[in-house]
Amino acid sequence: MATNPITSGRLARTTAGTAGTAYLDRRSRRWRWWRVLPVGTKWVALIAGAAIVVLPFLWMLGTSFKPEADVFGYPLRLQPTHPTLSNYAAIWSQLPFLRLIVNSIVFAGGVTVCSVFFDSLAAYALARLRFPGRDLAFYLVLATLMVPFQVTLVPVFQLVFDLHWLNTYQGLIVPRATSAFGIFLLRQFFITVPRELDEAARIDGASEWYIYRKIMLPLAKPALVTLGIFYFMNNWNDFLWPLVMTSSTNMRNLPAGLTLFAGQYVVEHGVLMAGAVISLIPLAVAFVLAQRYFVRGIATTGLK
Amino acid sequence: MPAKPAGLAPADRGSEPDVVRAAAPERKRAPTAAIRRHWRRWAPGYLFLLPSVAILLVFVAYPIVESLWMSLHNWSFFSSSHPFVGLGNYDTMLHDPRFWNALRNTAIYTAVVVPGQLAIGLALAVALQRNTLINKFFRSIYFFPVISALATMGIVWKFLLDPDIGIINHLLVSVGLPDIDFLQSTTWALPAVMTVGIWKSAGFSMVIFLAALQDIPQSIIEAALIDGAGPWQRFRRVILPLLRPSMLFAAVIATITSMQLFDQVYVMTSGGPLFHTDTLVTYLYEVGFQDFRSGYAAAISWVLFLLILALSMLQLRLFRFKEID
Repeated sequence: MATNPITSGRLARTTAGTAGTAYLDRRSRRWRWWRVLPVGTKWVALIAGAAIVVLPFLWMLGTSFKPEADVFGYPLRLQPTHPTLSNYAAIWSQLPFLRLIVNSIVFAGGVTVCSVFFDSLAAYALARLRFPGRDLAFYLVLATLMVPFQVTLVPVFQLVFDLHWLNTYQGLIVPRATSAFGIFLLRQFFITVPRELDEAARIDGASEWYIYRKIMLPLAKPALVTLGIFYFMNNWNDFLWPLVMTSSTNMRNLPAGLTLFAGQYVVEHGVLMAGAVISLIPLAVAFVLAQRYFVRGIATTGLK
Repeated sequence: MPAKPAGLAPADRGSEPDVVRAAAPERKRAPTAAIRRHWRRWAPGYLFLLPSVAILLVFVAYPIVESLWMSLHNWSFFSSSHPFVGLGNYDTMLHDPRFWNALRNTAIYTAVVVPGQLAIGLALAVALQRNTLINKFFRSIYFFPVISALATMGIVWKFLLDPDIGIINHLLVSVGLPDIDFLQSTTWALPAVMTVGIWKSAGFSMVIFLAALQDIPQSIIEAALIDGAGPWQRFRRVILPLLRPSMLFAAVIATITSMQLFDQVYVMTSGGPLFHTDTLVTYLYEVGFQDFRSGYAAAISWVLFLLILALSMLQLRLFRFKEID
């Protein structure tokens, strides 16, 4: 992963003009059909593809404003005949929706804050400090890095059950409060920080905590934000983990809760779509504001 | 600096038995001083590592071992005795049609979605590689499904594919194609799930290829141009080989994600109709968390892990092998 070109994260930076490989050939500027046709096909394909990609989102948004009669009456229309906000009003009473939102915030937020903090602590120790057993700890991190989380799901469920942590926030958060992946990523980052910076502080008598807090963390800010967004997104969207670790509706996060209601209870389509829209809003807003970090986080890390 | 907990002192003074210290109090000073000096130097390291290592040991490392241990037992979640059965669970798996069916579905899904996702992602990256405003707009659109929750969007796709209220069927009918109940059809349910998989993850591959494309030095392309290479040759002989590392990365991640397919299947079809979209993880979920046959579920999870490991190794070999010729 260290040699991966993605880690350079240049994607969103505007280095205009450096990329256009197929466009260097500009001798003929006249419009000829054999020149226009490929470009035209390309844009038709891109627009058609984009239409397919946005269709579910548009349908979701449109249906959330539709009266239920529209859903069955005009299945070909994306937009409602008589836009209504009643779905957005009904969701709070038809579902324990506020509770689902709170759960999602506590779960995703808790995992994010704990993980970024603990990962950075461990990464600092692995990158900068010397003590017996350090390599052993690093091997532990590497070993757990490769194993998919489904492997540990059954025993962790048993463990959480034995701790009486099922259907609790600590049961959802604590097992995920650090990750080998995050430690590894931040360690790789800390290693690139020039040693002179913290050596100088150390000679001046600064404690390790001070060096970590005042020198390393500020330098690592982009990496921490990237990792934090990655954690938040994955846990906000997570489904299998909350499904296993909670059985009570009151403890589910948004995806698991909405799915439960879509499957088991009679809920109007518009109401469910209103819930889906609301659950998408935080990430959508964050994506618009910090697209760079999203792209970098996902490109360096993979999805799950 | 937080206070140092006493229990963490490094045991490097094992050569100095307690008896010696008790018998010769004047010799005691030197080792304790040494311990204190070492401790001063080492304590921050242990303290910084403590939270992460504790969590990793308790909730990851130990469960990995326990999972393997469970898979060797007839382990039921609710019973107190867990008789040892050796490889019995793995033997059961060999004769379990549900397992083979789930494995086949997962394999078909992976075999279609991974190449599909990589090809579409690469095409998008090449088409949108210039940093123009309109390209950035299209990139954002294609990337957007990546940040959405697959389970929630699975509900939306389920409605879209519904024969009564779904827009897709009505579009098909309006152009004269037959009305298909996709998610209830043994033929179409898996392709529908695959489509959602590609829809969700093509933007991920695109982003990886875009980053790699923008890292290719312009001089290399220009050199190829001067040598008279056409657009296709430039792509095939120059750009594509340079994309190999990111191709490997994207392929490995896509394969791992595909092998773990769960969310959209659980939401859209629950493995149906007639188990035609059952996957390894949906089956594992059913065995482990609905039937509570923990031992068998653990065995399935180990097979999943070994399959993922083998596929990742294979891809590493495959891409490296090509580099030689």
